[in-house]
Amino acid sequence: MNELLSEELLSAIGRTAPPCRELVTRRDIRKYAIATGNRQRKYLDGDQAPPMFHVALFWDVVELDQLSPDGVSIDRLLPKFPLEKAMAGGLLIEYHRDIFPGDWLTANRTLTDIYQKNGRSGPLIFYEVVMDVVNDDGDLVIREKTTRILR
Amino acid sequence: MSDAAKQGRFDTIRVGDALPERRFKPDNVQSMLYNAVLWNGHRIHFDEPYAKEVEGYPGLVIAGPLLGDWLNQCVEEWLGEDGRLASIEYSNRIATYIGETLYSAGVVTACRAETAEVELDVVIRNEAGEVVAPGRAVARFHRS
Repeated sequence: MNELLSEELLSAIGRTAPPCRELVTRRDIRKYAIATGNRQRKYLDGDQAPPMFHVALFWDVVELDQLSPDGVSIDRLLPKFPLEKAMAGGLLIEYHRDIFPGDWLTANRTLTDIYQKNGRSGPLIFYEVVMDVVNDDGDLVIREKTTRILR
Repeated sequence: MSDAAKQGRFDTIRVGDALPERRFKPDNVQSMLYNAVLWNGHRIHFDEPYAKEVEGYPGLVIAGPLLGDWLNQCVEEWLGEDGRLASIEYSNRIATYIGETLYSAGVVTACRAETAEVELDVVIRNEAGEVVAPGRAVARFHRS
Protein backbone atom coordinates (compact mmCIF):
# COMPACT_ATOMS: atom_id res chain seq x y z
CA MET A 1 0.00 0.00 0.00
CA ASN A 2 2.89 2.33 0.76
CA GLU A 3 5.24 1.02 -1.91
CA LEU A 4 5.88 4.51 -3.32
CA LEU A 5 6.96 5.92 0.03
CA SER A 6 10.57 5.19 0.99
CA GLU A 7 11.91 5.51 4.51
CA GLU A 8 13.91 8.51 3.33
CA LEU A 9 10.78 10.18 1.97
CA LEU A 10 8.83 9.54 5.17
CA SER A 11 11.70 10.94 7.23
CA ALA A 12 10.80 14.37 5.82
CA ILE A 13 7.68 14.38 8.03
CA GLY A 14 8.21 16.99 10.73
CA ARG A 15 10.41 19.22 8.59
CA THR A 16 9.79 22.97 9.03
CA ALA A 17 10.22 25.90 6.65
CA PRO A 18 12.00 29.12 7.64
CA PRO A 19 9.49 31.53 9.23
CA CYS A 20 8.02 34.08 6.83
CA ARG A 21 7.14 37.52 8.24
CA GLU A 22 4.94 39.86 6.18
CA LEU A 23 3.20 43.22 6.57
CA VAL A 24 -0.53 43.43 5.89
CA THR A 25 -1.33 46.49 3.75
CA ARG A 26 -4.62 48.11 2.80
CA ARG A 27 -3.65 47.94 -0.87
CA ASP A 28 -3.02 44.17 -0.79
CA ILE A 29 -6.29 43.59 1.05
CA ARG A 30 -8.18 45.63 -1.53
CA LYS A 31 -6.61 43.75 -4.43
CA TYR A 32 -7.44 40.41 -2.85
CA ALA A 33 -11.02 41.39 -2.05
CA ILE A 34 -11.66 42.71 -5.55
CA ALA A 35 -10.06 39.73 -7.32
CA THR A 36 -12.16 37.27 -5.32
CA GLY A 37 -15.41 39.10 -6.06
CA ASN A 38 -15.96 40.02 -2.42
CA ARG A 39 -19.04 42.23 -1.86
CA GLN A 40 -18.40 43.48 1.68
CA ARG A 41 -17.34 47.13 1.96
CA LYS A 42 -14.93 46.64 4.89
CA TYR A 43 -12.88 44.28 2.75
CA LEU A 44 -13.17 46.17 -0.55
CA ASP A 45 -11.99 49.31 1.26
CA GLY A 46 -9.13 47.44 2.91
CA ASP A 47 -10.28 48.18 6.49
CA GLN A 48 -9.99 44.50 7.42
CA ALA A 49 -8.62 41.41 5.69
CA PRO A 50 -11.21 38.89 4.48
CA PRO A 51 -10.94 35.18 5.28
CA MET A 52 -8.29 33.45 3.18
CA PHE A 53 -6.34 36.69 2.64
CA HIS A 54 -3.46 34.87 4.35
CA VAL A 55 -3.29 32.53 1.34
CA ALA A 56 -2.15 35.47 -0.78
CA LEU A 57 -0.02 37.03 1.98
CA PHE A 58 2.08 33.89 2.39
CA TRP A 59 2.17 32.50 -1.17
CA ASP A 60 5.86 32.12 -1.87
CA VAL A 61 7.30 35.14 -3.69
CA VAL A 62 10.01 33.54 -5.80
CA GLU A 63 12.26 34.95 -8.49
CA LEU A 64 11.59 34.10 -12.13
CA ASP A 65 14.51 31.70 -12.47
CA GLN A 66 13.17 29.71 -9.53
CA LEU A 67 9.90 28.91 -11.31
CA SER A 68 9.65 25.58 -13.13
CA PRO A 69 8.68 25.64 -16.85
CA ASP A 70 5.01 25.22 -15.92
CA GLY A 71 5.22 28.40 -13.85
CA VAL A 72 5.12 26.72 -10.46
CA SER A 73 7.44 27.59 -7.60
CA ILE A 74 9.28 24.73 -5.97
CA ASP A 75 8.31 24.37 -2.33
CA ARG A 76 11.57 23.60 -0.55
CA LEU A 77 9.69 22.28 2.46
CA LEU A 78 8.73 19.25 0.36
CA PRO A 79 10.89 16.24 -0.50
CA LYS A 80 11.07 14.95 -4.07
CA PHE A 81 8.01 12.75 -4.53
CA PRO A 82 7.84 9.79 -6.97
CA LEU A 83 4.58 11.26 -8.34
CA GLU A 84 4.68 14.86 -9.50
CA LYS A 85 1.39 15.91 -11.10
CA ALA A 86 -0.28 18.12 -8.49
CA MET A 87 -4.03 18.09 -8.07
CA ALA A 88 -5.70 20.75 -5.95
CA GLY A 89 -6.35 19.29 -2.51
CA GLY A 90 -8.20 20.72 0.42
CA LEU A 91 -7.81 23.20 3.22
CA LEU A 92 -8.85 23.32 6.85
CA ILE A 93 -8.62 26.82 8.29
CA GLU A 94 -9.22 27.98 11.86
CA TYR A 95 -9.72 31.73 12.23
CA HIS A 96 -8.61 32.80 15.70
CA ARG A 97 -8.14 36.57 15.30
CA ASP A 98 -9.13 39.20 12.75
CA ILE A 99 -6.45 40.74 10.52
CA PHE A 100 -6.10 44.48 9.89
CA PRO A 101 -3.82 46.68 7.77
CA GLY A 102 -0.59 47.39 9.62
CA ASP A 103 -0.44 43.94 11.22
CA TRP A 104 2.87 42.10 10.96
CA LEU A 105 2.21 38.37 10.68
CA THR A 106 4.59 35.43 10.71
CA ALA A 107 3.85 32.06 9.11
CA ASN A 108 5.50 28.89 10.37
CA ARG A 109 5.02 25.88 8.09
CA THR A 110 5.53 22.22 9.02
CA LEU A 111 5.25 19.14 6.80
CA THR A 112 3.08 17.03 9.09
CA ASP A 113 2.20 13.91 7.07
CA ILE A 114 2.84 11.91 3.89
CA TYR A 115 0.68 8.93 2.91
CA GLN A 116 -0.41 6.91 -0.10
CA LYS A 117 -3.84 5.83 -1.30
CA ASN A 118 -4.61 3.75 -4.36
CA GLY A 119 -7.37 5.30 -6.44
CA ARG A 120 -9.23 3.97 -9.46
CA SER A 121 -6.76 5.60 -11.84
CA GLY A 122 -3.64 4.51 -9.93
CA PRO A 123 -1.70 5.42 -6.81
CA LEU A 124 -2.01 8.85 -5.20
CA ILE A 125 0.35 10.46 -2.72
CA PHE A 126 -1.12 12.81 -0.13
CA TYR A 127 0.85 15.23 1.97
CA GLU A 128 -0.21 17.64 4.70
CA VAL A 129 1.34 20.96 5.62
CA VAL A 130 0.27 22.91 8.70
CA MET A 131 0.80 26.66 8.67
CA ASP A 132 0.48 28.59 11.93
CA VAL A 133 0.12 32.35 11.47
CA VAL A 134 1.01 34.37 14.56
CA ASN A 135 1.16 38.10 15.31
CA ASP A 136 4.14 39.90 16.86
CA ASP A 137 2.74 39.20 20.34
CA GLY A 138 2.89 35.49 19.56
CA ASP A 139 -0.91 35.07 19.47
CA LEU A 140 -2.21 32.45 17.05
CA VAL A 141 -4.15 34.27 14.30
CA ILE A 142 -4.80 31.46 11.83
CA ARG A 143 -4.06 27.74 11.71
CA GLU A 144 -4.30 26.19 8.28
CA LYS A 145 -3.84 22.58 7.23
CA THR A 146 -3.34 21.99 3.53
CA THR A 147 -3.75 18.55 2.02
CA ARG A 148 -2.34 18.14 -1.49
CA ILE A 149 -2.68 15.19 -3.80
CA LEU A 150 -0.09 14.03 -6.34
CA ARG A 151 -0.79 11.61 -9.18
CA MET B 1 -37.07 46.50 16.80
CA SER B 2 -37.62 43.15 15.11
CA ASP B 3 -38.08 39.93 17.03
CA ALA B 4 -34.76 38.72 15.68
CA ALA B 5 -32.94 41.72 17.11
CA LYS B 6 -34.63 41.37 20.49
CA GLN B 7 -33.82 37.70 21.01
CA GLY B 8 -30.49 37.67 19.19
CA ARG B 9 -29.88 36.31 15.73
CA PHE B 10 -28.57 32.95 16.96
CA ASP B 11 -31.92 32.09 18.52
CA THR B 12 -33.63 32.49 15.16
CA ILE B 13 -31.35 30.00 13.36
CA ARG B 14 -32.70 26.49 12.77
CA VAL B 15 -31.14 23.32 11.42
CA GLY B 16 -32.08 23.13 7.76
CA ASP B 17 -31.97 26.89 7.18
CA ALA B 18 -30.57 27.56 3.72
CA LEU B 19 -27.92 30.19 3.02
CA PRO B 20 -28.55 32.48 0.04
CA GLU B 21 -27.22 31.04 -3.20
CA ARG B 22 -24.81 33.03 -5.31
CA ARG B 23 -23.78 32.71 -8.94
CA PHE B 24 -20.16 33.05 -10.08
CA LYS B 25 -18.87 33.36 -13.63
CA PRO B 26 -15.19 34.28 -13.44
CA ASP B 27 -13.59 35.51 -16.64
CA ASN B 28 -9.97 35.69 -17.78
CA VAL B 29 -9.50 39.10 -16.18
CA GLN B 30 -10.69 38.05 -12.74
CA SER B 31 -8.67 34.84 -12.94
CA MET B 32 -5.53 36.74 -13.94
CA LEU B 33 -5.96 39.29 -11.18
CA TYR B 34 -6.56 36.58 -8.57
CA ASN B 35 -3.48 34.59 -9.54
CA ALA B 36 -1.40 37.78 -9.75
CA VAL B 37 -2.45 38.75 -6.23
CA LEU B 38 -1.21 35.36 -5.05
CA TRP B 39 1.95 35.40 -7.22
CA ASN B 40 0.71 32.14 -8.74
CA GLY B 41 2.41 31.68 -12.09
CA HIS B 42 1.00 28.24 -12.90
CA ARG B 43 0.37 28.29 -16.64
CA ILE B 44 -2.85 26.24 -16.44
CA HIS B 45 -4.56 29.41 -15.18
CA PHE B 46 -3.62 31.78 -18.03
CA ASP B 47 -1.85 29.94 -20.88
CA GLU B 48 -4.65 28.19 -22.77
CA PRO B 49 -2.50 26.30 -25.33
CA TYR B 50 -0.32 25.02 -22.46
CA ALA B 51 -3.31 24.02 -20.35
CA LYS B 52 -4.84 22.08 -23.25
CA GLU B 53 -1.86 20.65 -25.07
CA VAL B 54 0.59 19.95 -22.26
CA GLU B 55 -1.62 19.27 -19.25
CA GLY B 56 -4.64 17.98 -21.16
CA TYR B 57 -7.28 20.26 -19.64
CA PRO B 58 -10.27 21.36 -21.74
CA GLY B 59 -9.61 25.03 -20.90
CA LEU B 60 -8.13 27.45 -18.42
CA VAL B 61 -8.41 26.07 -14.90
CA ILE B 62 -10.03 28.19 -12.17
CA ALA B 63 -7.64 28.21 -9.21
CA GLY B 64 -8.79 25.88 -6.44
CA PRO B 65 -8.44 28.37 -3.54
CA LEU B 66 -10.69 30.86 -5.37
CA LEU B 67 -13.56 28.38 -5.01
CA GLY B 68 -12.58 28.00 -1.37
CA ASP B 69 -12.77 31.76 -0.94
CA TRP B 70 -16.31 31.75 -2.35
CA LEU B 71 -17.33 29.21 0.30
CA ASN B 72 -15.99 31.62 2.95
CA GLN B 73 -17.95 34.47 1.34
CA CYS B 74 -21.10 32.33 1.26
CA VAL B 75 -20.94 31.96 5.06
CA GLU B 76 -19.80 35.52 5.80
CA GLU B 77 -22.51 37.20 3.70
CA TRP B 78 -25.13 35.16 5.57
CA LEU B 79 -23.53 35.94 8.95
CA GLY B 80 -23.20 39.68 8.41
CA GLU B 81 -22.01 41.42 11.57
CA ASP B 82 -23.90 38.98 13.84
CA GLY B 83 -20.94 36.67 14.36
CA ARG B 84 -17.64 35.50 12.93
CA LEU B 85 -16.44 32.58 10.90
CA ALA B 86 -14.53 30.29 13.29
CA SER B 87 -13.35 27.59 10.89
CA ILE B 88 -13.90 26.18 7.44
CA GLU B 89 -12.70 23.11 5.59
CA TYR B 90 -13.20 22.31 1.95
CA SER B 91 -11.78 20.24 -0.86
CA ASN B 92 -11.55 20.70 -4.60
CA ARG B 93 -13.13 17.58 -6.10
CA ILE B 94 -13.71 18.45 -9.77
CA ALA B 95 -11.68 20.94 -11.83
CA THR B 96 -13.59 23.95 -13.16
CA TYR B 97 -12.79 26.11 -16.17
CA ILE B 98 -13.13 29.72 -17.26
CA GLY B 99 -16.48 30.02 -19.04
CA GLU B 100 -18.35 27.82 -16.56
CA THR B 101 -21.03 29.23 -14.27
CA LEU B 102 -20.73 28.08 -10.66
CA TYR B 103 -23.11 28.37 -7.72
CA SER B 104 -22.44 28.56 -3.99
CA ALA B 105 -24.96 27.33 -1.43
CA GLY B 106 -25.12 26.24 2.17
CA VAL B 107 -27.33 24.80 4.88
CA VAL B 108 -27.30 24.83 8.67
CA THR B 109 -26.56 21.33 9.99
CA ALA B 110 -26.29 21.95 13.76
CA CYS B 111 -26.85 24.66 16.35
CA ARG B 112 -24.93 24.58 19.64
CA ALA B 113 -26.64 26.84 22.15
CA GLU B 114 -23.92 26.59 24.82
CA THR B 115 -21.36 28.21 22.52
CA ALA B 116 -23.75 30.06 20.16
CA GLU B 117 -22.11 28.15 17.32
CA VAL B 118 -23.67 26.98 14.10
CA GLU B 119 -22.31 24.23 11.85
CA LEU B 120 -22.89 24.54 8.14
CA ASP B 121 -22.44 22.46 5.02
CA VAL B 122 -21.36 24.64 2.12
CA VAL B 123 -20.85 23.76 -1.50
CA ILE B 124 -19.88 25.01 -4.94
CA ARG B 125 -21.76 23.30 -7.79
CA ASN B 126 -21.29 23.53 -11.54
CA GLU B 127 -24.02 24.00 -14.15
CA ALA B 128 -24.62 20.24 -14.26
CA GLY B 129 -25.33 20.36 -10.53
CA GLU B 130 -22.18 18.39 -9.68
CA VAL B 131 -20.46 19.17 -6.39
CA VAL B 132 -17.08 20.62 -7.38
CA ALA B 133 -16.05 21.92 -3.93
CA PRO B 134 -17.78 20.68 -0.77
CA GLY B 135 -17.02 22.15 2.62
CA ARG B 136 -18.03 22.48 6.25
CA ALA B 137 -17.87 25.60 8.37
CA VAL B 138 -18.39 26.69 11.96
CA ALA B 139 -19.72 30.19 12.70
CA ARG B 140 -19.82 31.68 16.19
CA PHE B 141 -22.52 34.25 16.92
CA HIS B 142 -21.92 37.25 19.17
CA ARG B 143 -23.82 37.07 22.45
CA SER B 144 -26.62 39.62 22.40
